[in-house]
Amino acid sequence: MDSSIVGRQFAPVGPYLVSTEKVREFATAIGWEHDGVPPTFPIVLAGASMNAFLDELDLDLSRIIHGDQRFAYERPVAAGDELVSTLTVASLRQIGGNDIIGTSTTFTDASGALVCTATATLVHRGAEA
Amino acid sequence: MTPGDVLEPQTYAVTRADLVRYAGASGDFNPIHWSDRTATSVGLPGVIAHGMFTMAIASRAVATWTDGAPVVELGGKFTNMVVVPDSDEGTSVTVGGTVKSVEDGLVTLALEVTCDGQKVLGNPRVVVRA
Repeated sequence: MDSSIVGRQFAPVGPYLVSTEKVREFATAIGWEHDGVPPTFPIVLAGASMNAFLDELDLDLSRIIHGDQRFAYERPVAAGDELVSTLTVASLRQIGGNDIIGTSTTFTDASGALVCTATATLVHRGAEA
Repeated sequence: MTPGDVLEPQTYAVTRADLVRYAGASGDFNPIHWSDRTATSVGLPGVIAHGMFTMAIASRAVATWTDGAPVVELGGKFTNMVVVPDSDEGTSVTVGGTVKSVEDGLVTLALEVTCDGQKVLGNPRVVVRA
């Protein structure tokens, strides 16, 4: 993978309407028993950003392993939010035939205010790994 | 909550059906989370849980301990895979927690998330407003 992708910001994805039904579906899938939007819910949007990124770089999804993930919230996500996610490639390292890709994704609301920042490390496993 | 408090460990069953449901809800249809054939072809021991499913389970334990307090920070490293056999019982993930600090209305928890006695989340840290 070419290190020139570091610092590249991909096209914003969205706005994504956080619907009550989608939150309920996600909550059910994780066994969430409380009110509000589960804190890992933004991964639903991050996935769309990430898929666009993987397509563009022609990476094979089955060779991608999620290395780590962090969320930092300015405020909780709420049903009714219209969020736009923007992914930036923060870092790239090559270790043992694997590409270690660091990404940072921001989620902003309809007013443009930052709601959440998600940082992730993706490991693209080389064919010999 | 006061620093040093040890929170009651929460154990959750994880089956193939849970992974399929999570794939649909999250939109992450990576076949390593539902196809043994694909998982083994890329060198995995078998179908593994989505790392984000494991993290969601950890957040569920946090919500149980804090009565759904808003999360300010949540994260961890996916250090070991949660292998989910194609059986009725699947596997299980246990989430333990300790209160690290309580300051300015923010509670920091250190978690221990394990499957088969192995840590599956590295340095899992959560900050909630409580």
